[in-house]
Amino acid sequence: MPPSPESASPMATPERPQSRPLSPHLQVYRWQITMTMSILHRATGMGLALGAVGLVWWLLAVATGGESYDRAMAFIGSPFGLFLLAGFSLALVYHLLNGIRHLLWDAGWGFDIPDVYRSGWAVAVLTFVFTAAIWLAAWPGGAA
Amino acid sequence: MSNIGTGRQDLRTPIARARGLGSGKSGTGHWWWQRVTSVALLLLVPWMIGLLVSLVGADLLTVRDVISRPWNAIFLAGFVIIMFWHIQQGLQVVIEDYVHTRWIEVALQLAVALGCVVGALASLYSLGHIAMIVASTQTS
Repeated sequence: MPPSPESASPMATPERPQSRPLSPHLQVYRWQITMTMSILHRATGMGLALGAVGLVWWLLAVATGGESYDRAMAFIGSPFGLFLLAGFSLALVYHLLNGIRHLLWDAGWGFDIPDVYRSGWAVAVLTFVFTAAIWLAAWPGGAA
Repeated sequence: MSNIGTGRQDLRTPIARARGLGSGKSGTGHWWWQRVTSVALLLLVPWMIGLLVSLVGADLLTVRDVISRPWNAIFLAGFVIIMFWHIQQGLQVVIEDYVHTRWIEVALQLAVALGCVVGALASLYSLGHIAMIVASTQTS
């Protein structure tokens, strides 16, 4: 269809004479919690995939015992090991809580924009609360 | 449109042209099973966190003993299988979305799928090995 005069809009430029829907461009898009939650869900998912490798490594060390187990536990108890574990627990709790949010959307619940923003902030806050609770529960018995 | 370049009329029906393309590959199957593993992990992950927290500071013998208890061993086996299944499902979508060079995409999908199978198998091997060590040290 040839471009009609009505199709010209403020979005039209000499290069793009016809106005077509633009995909959101990150540099000019106003920040919203939804975009951060969405990309974090993917980022934490990929991080947790790496963490799963760590879990297998630990299980193998428990099965092998002896020096492998001592080395694994020494690494986990080291500052870098604890740092990884802290990141891993944060990512796990976040992905789990935001996953509940996704499942509720799939069930058709919470689609209104105020609800989406509220559930997003709830996940953000609860991630830190639950992660702190896990570390508090682990602390008294821990060697760390 | 699919007869472009052939010089012949395409006699296939629209459904025949759509089959094997896009979501016609597996329909909603991937989406559905991703939800199934999500719900399963929603139950298993809190249990798993509780188990690991209870093991903090325990020695190797205790850790092995706890892991090899029947229901712990059963749910741990289920957890690693479903976890690696879920990882494969998730990484598959990430690769589909961001990797547009076909051969790299296929190579990554293969690597992820095989890696997840190896991860699950190594975990199951460890669990079985631990259970057998514990069983062999118990005089019945």
